[in-house]
Amino acid sequence: MIQFVLRRLLSAVPTIFVVVTISFFMMRFAPGGPFNLERPLAPQTMANVMKTYGLDQPLWKQYFTYLSNAAMGDFGPSFVYKDNTVAELIGKALPYSIELGLWALLVAVVGGVLLGTIAALRQNGWIDYTLMVIATIGVTVPNFVMGPVLTLIFAIMLSWLPAGSWGDGSFRFLVLPVLSLGLPQLAVFARLTRGSMIEALHTDHIRTARAYGLPPRVVVITHAMRGAMLPVLTYLGPCAAALLTGSAVVETIFAIPGVGRYFVLGSLNRDYTLVMGTVILIAVFVILFNLIVDILYGLLDPRVRHD
Amino acid sequence: MTEKMETVLDVKDLKVEFDTPDGTVQAVKGVSFSVSRGETLAIVGESGSGKSQTMMGIMGLLAANGRVSGSARYAGEELVNAPLRVLNGVRGSKITMIFQEPMTSLDPLYRIGRQISEPLIHHKGMSKGDARARVLELLKLVGIPEPERRIDSYPHELSGGQRQRVMIAMALANDPDLLIADEPTTALDVTIQAQILRLLADLQKKFGMAIILITHDLGVVKHVADRVVVMRRGEIVEQGPRDDIFERPQADYTKMLLAAEPSGHKPPPPPGSPVILEGRNVTVDFAIGGGFLAGGTRTFRAVDDVSIRLEQGQTIGIVGESGSGKSTLGRALLKLLPSAGYVRFGQTEISKFDRAAMRPYRREMQLVFQDPYGSLSPRQTVGEIITEGLFVHEPQLSKAERDARAVAALKEVGLDPATRNRYPHEFSGGQRQRIAIARSMILKPKVVVLDEPTSALDRSVQRQVIELLRDLQEKHGLSYVFISHDLSVIRAISDHVIVMKDGKIVEQGDTEMIFDAPRADYTKTLIAAAFTH
Repeated sequence: MIQFVLRRLLSAVPTIFVVVTISFFMMRFAPGGPFNLERPLAPQTMANVMKTYGLDQPLWKQYFTYLSNAAMGDFGPSFVYKDNTVAELIGKALPYSIELGLWALLVAVVGGVLLGTIAALRQNGWIDYTLMVIATIGVTVPNFVMGPVLTLIFAIMLSWLPAGSWGDGSFRFLVLPVLSLGLPQLAVFARLTRGSMIEALHTDHIRTARAYGLPPRVVVITHAMRGAMLPVLTYLGPCAAALLTGSAVVETIFAIPGVGRYFVLGSLNRDYTLVMGTVILIAVFVILFNLIVDILYGLLDPRVRHD
Repeated sequence: MTEKMETVLDVKDLKVEFDTPDGTVQAVKGVSFSVSRGETLAIVGESGSGKSQTMMGIMGLLAANGRVSGSARYAGEELVNAPLRVLNGVRGSKITMIFQEPMTSLDPLYRIGRQISEPLIHHKGMSKGDARARVLELLKLVGIPEPERRIDSYPHELSGGQRQRVMIAMALANDPDLLIADEPTTALDVTIQAQILRLLADLQKKFGMAIILITHDLGVVKHVADRVVVMRRGEIVEQGPRDDIFERPQADYTKMLLAAEPSGHKPPPPPGSPVILEGRNVTVDFAIGGGFLAGGTRTFRAVDDVSIRLEQGQTIGIVGESGSGKSTLGRALLKLLPSAGYVRFGQTEISKFDRAAMRPYRREMQLVFQDPYGSLSPRQTVGEIITEGLFVHEPQLSKAERDARAVAALKEVGLDPATRNRYPHEFSGGQRQRIAIARSMILKPKVVVLDEPTSALDRSVQRQVIELLRDLQEKHGLSYVFISHDLSVIRAISDHVIVMKDGKIVEQGDTEMIFDAPRADYTKTLIAAAFTH
């Protein structure tokens, strides 16, 4: 098991290397730069600034400098927020994103699995159809539509909840961003759960459980659901990584100072180091959560053994 | 079982219907029978006879689109359409079931000890500790070795036979009055099948429960049943004591079933026929486990130093249980997987050939598979399926010529050529296997490897397919490598038999010799277990 984890972590190194390389060059080939402001800097000033940040060096040299610094954990200073290093900025923003993401994940998983199971048990009944129509809408409506619509209804028309910002971090401020972030994922989980639950309910060992007079509760929860959760778990990894590293759209709409918003601002400002930092963060989260999911998989399914 | 005892289950005019998009299908059309304590009743029929659905209907286990009517009384209590509370009082306690697939019938995610104890806990209200003690007792009873260790195994850690023993342990847990065994040995190797049937008979003697055995296999019925119900298309054709059914069958259908055991022998090829396919010291290794960063790979030897000589017009039967390497050997001889050793086709050594070099030989060396459902593309018409090989091997043919070849090939396998524009799902299992054979025959091969070609078919259909294969062989001077676990089929079609176990040849010889005077103990066990009569 420990060997399995170590092996997986080791194999993450080349993955991250590829991610860093691709995003480094993509970023650099995008037009503009961090210091191309609306009012251009004087040529002399520009030259000085470029020199300070090492941008006057050949690209390959900058790439290797970045790579070796990053390998030591130094992600450099932000080009735009000049008093902060990238690590400081992300360190400040990450807790907001994680809190928001955790709540959204909870809403998505609990709600999705529950609704999906109910739909599966009522397969092809009206409850099933209603839930799945709603879920399809949930999957297809993007969160940049979902967010403003929720705000319009609950903040502006009904005035029940604040329209944006983190505020004091209390529950009231969280509701709308959590819902905008979580509902589309809830819909995905509901559809996934329904599908795998229907499949699980038709397996031979469920027939056995019923043939042995086990109560419906045991048949559904103990026997059908555990098997049905395996495909759902597979989606949990990338989903958790995406939610916890902050949603660019939702954080921007609700003015939440999380990682996602820095990513957007960094991209717009060509803040090379900040964008690279967030990209690496997301890559690390994706790898980490997929690893966690694989470990959980091994615990849930005895046929999968990590050795 | 001669003493008269009380009736355990009394079934009267039972009907089962399914709602399908094409309307209502009557799967069971009013059947009546009963079974008494200590008695084994066999319900025999081919696929689609409604034998399983009858019992599923009684137990309230039909699929959601199924409906059941009529009557089935257990100890005076009506089970048909009874409320779940009543059914759950009987299921797993008074009436228990075991199924065909012991792998999928157990939940793969739980230890077997827990699964066997569930009915004990739910019906008897036992504590977990008491249940575990009882489970250990049961595992010993059904002959699981090292029960203290096995109780904590997962289903995938057990063999097929052991899994079926676990199912039997679960079925016995609450001392049932009736055990329903739905094709309990069909998925098992013959030697294991014999053990399981003996176990069931012993347990019945010990505990006196009634057994309803659902099966398509008359060999099994003959050995274990007291009374027999023969079903066809949802109706009972005939029922009565076993000896009456086997010795004085009344219905034509029963007579046909009894005669459906593959019979006859294949005339031997003329002496001195040339060798068409030869393998010397063929060995196949599979890599298992290992991979990136995992260190060295381990290998599994599926075929171990096997030599075989196939003459023109000859059939070599390769017989063995699952995992014996018989299918792998067949593929290695056709160069469909990498192997070590020497293989020659006609006068040409093909062992070292790569894919491109093999291509011209492919048409002369064909393969027919077991599963007539999985091996035909559902998205191609029958005509497209059987002419596909012509595009590769005879690309110069015009459309009309190809069509003429398709018509000829279908006629040859006994199918109406007008069906060539239909899709495989419109055909029965036997017809599909004929299509698969036509697909090989259209290329006019010299050697055909047939991998369990009749194993997925009902006996009566099986017999027809074997006759077809024998006719084709005689007409075209074909040579067959016929792979099967079914000894009666092997006997009816082979000149020469190779018995394999664990990748090695245990024994080989002429068919008569192998069946009449087997030398190896393993061959003797196989033949004894196969109920060949």
